[in-house]
Amino acid sequence: MTQAASQHLEEFLGRVPYVRFLGMRAELAGDEMTAILPFAPHLIGNMVLPALHGGVIGAFMEMTALAQLSVIAPSAKVHKTIDITIEYLRPGKAMTMYARADVRKIGRQIANVHVEAWQEARDKPAAALRGHFLLSGT
Amino acid sequence: MVEIVPQASALGFKLLSVEPSRGSIFTPWREELVGDPDTGVIAGGVITALLDHVCGLAVTSRSLEGGFLSTATLDLRIDYMRPAAPRADITASAHCYKLTRSIAFVRAHAYDADPEDPIATAQAAFILKRAAP
Repeated sequence: MTQAASQHLEEFLGRVPYVRFLGMRAELAGDEMTAILPFAPHLIGNMVLPALHGGVIGAFMEMTALAQLSVIAPSAKVHKTIDITIEYLRPGKAMTMYARADVRKIGRQIANVHVEAWQEARDKPAAALRGHFLLSGT
Repeated sequence: MVEIVPQASALGFKLLSVEPSRGSIFTPWREELVGDPDTGVIAGGVITALLDHVCGLAVTSRSLEGGFLSTATLDLRIDYMRPAAPRADITASAHCYKLTRSIAFVRAHAYDADPEDPIATAQAAFILKRAAP
């Protein structure tokens, strides 16, 4: 199971060009995945602070949700985002960001996923995302 | 704000228009921005970054009138109506329809060919930062 899970995850991360554009990675501990976004200059949205672009943080959390779904609902096709709500809690600093996804409900067609992203401390989240995803057939 | 921000420039954003309370940005399709390699459709994450950015542009366009220095996204809700056409460029337009002393409310939509047939819509709130009194 664990080996299959890590294979599904690597497949997802490896085949989506935009994941490589962001420079995103992910690690699995059992079925729990942590997504990692190392800091890179092209991710900056505010040069004065400097801070990560809000859209990058949103996109990273959306890709975290899709990566987690690739592990627990593996499919030959990419699952599709239906809607997302992003809450920005703290500015994203010019450093590595982490995220974990919590799949709250997975049905036949739809998954509801919550994601939280943080930098220095897990209990000081930088942003959160809630979303619905349309599952592609296996 | 559009072409000098590193992330906006990395995504290839081009400013189409800006006027008080409104802004439009164009994003050319590129292989590395693809989210679904089977179809060549641009990633949802790119649309998210584009909609966040164009909403920020519409808010910033009112900074003189509103007397604020800068702004940051508080929340952003995006509905994806349909996937973009394969290899399609994306345009997004935003309207900042209400400004209070501390918050700006914005709506935006993104489309590939026809503005009346959006691929995604967004609703956002931004916090306005003023100089300390």
